[in-house]
Amino acid sequence: MRTDELIRALAADGARPVVPIERWLTGALLAGIALSAALFLAALHARPDIAAAVYTPAFCFKVVVTLSLAATGAFLLSDAARPTPRIRWRGALLLAPVLLAAGVIFELVTVPAHNWSARLIGHNATHCLSLIPLLAIAPAACLLFALRRGAPARPALAGAMAGLVASAVGATLYALTCPDDSALFVATWYSIAIVAVTAASAYLGSRILRW
Amino acid sequence: MERSLQGDSRAYEQLLMLLTVALRAVVHNRARAAGLEAEDVVQEVLLALHLKRGTWQAGTPVAPWVAAIARNKMVDAFRRRGQRTEVSIESVVETLSSEAGDDGRNAQDVEHMLERLNDRQRQVVRAVSLEGYSAQEAAQRLRMSEGAVRVTLHRSLKALAALFRTVPNED
Repeated sequence: MRTDELIRALAADGARPVVPIERWLTGALLAGIALSAALFLAALHARPDIAAAVYTPAFCFKVVVTLSLAATGAFLLSDAARPTPRIRWRGALLLAPVLLAAGVIFELVTVPAHNWSARLIGHNATHCLSLIPLLAIAPAACLLFALRRGAPARPALAGAMAGLVASAVGATLYALTCPDDSALFVATWYSIAIVAVTAASAYLGSRILRW
Repeated sequence: MERSLQGDSRAYEQLLMLLTVALRAVVHNRARAAGLEAEDVVQEVLLALHLKRGTWQAGTPVAPWVAAIARNKMVDAFRRRGQRTEVSIESVVETLSSEAGDDGRNAQDVEHMLERLNDRQRQVVRAVSLEGYSAQEAAQRLRMSEGAVRVTLHRSLKALAALFRTVPNED
């Protein structure tokens, strides 16, 4: 086929406005959040003392950390979906870890040492390790699907970003049912769950996001 | 570029023509060195630019975006030939701002791949490319709805791009 003929076919196909990748990602994120929220409402429930908990600094801190991770990750996601390798403002991703580190230091200073291990182990770490990934599945699937319309310069990195955002969404929902508000607990178990989901999604990305 | 993405196919066609000239300039020497048919690579890059045009960020320079996609596809094409190559973004950007040449060169890969599409897809692609019909005219001629022509065309182009990825350019 001659190149000008191919171009004619491409131009004919380009007769409709294209949907920019950032709009696909936004839609996918909202759909993923809705699906996971539905799963949460159907299968889980907020902790019984939620009405009182929202007035405690420890609970609010936990939610702020997971939300800030989700928000900064979502903010950077569209850059990771583009073929040009530069990701602007990537330092923003440090916001949540820095907040959490500050929370841990505050806790270590204010709580006596003999209480540390009880707070670290918490009430139900296995719940945390299984429910965060479970609640991350829908957003991760939606985001990876939308990223397939992108042209990520680094497919594994784009996959990892999708997993990070998805697990931060999952962690935010899980935080509503999780009885442990200690920063030590969050820094340990939430982080393990988030790292695991991110790694799995990075692997998937390297397989399915090549273009 | 802005107008092309809003669905102005005339502007889009002109843009693709211009990019083709620039792409040829970049691809030809490297392709010859690697023993590849240069025009095949040019067509593969054009397909990718088309299908991924939603990843260009409005308001940013077009050249680095085109260069990034071209580089990715060139590296792929050369790798399929079992040869490693270094394609610097700078060299692509440089030649993107260079002069004109002729158009309408032939290439073999897409021709072979068309044969692997189904009949309907092949008919639609030929009607709009070879014979230059608009989607509306092609619809009348093939007794399909205009929407069906558009969908079939889009699927065909995606299938072609996928074939470029999976099938190595065998001779």
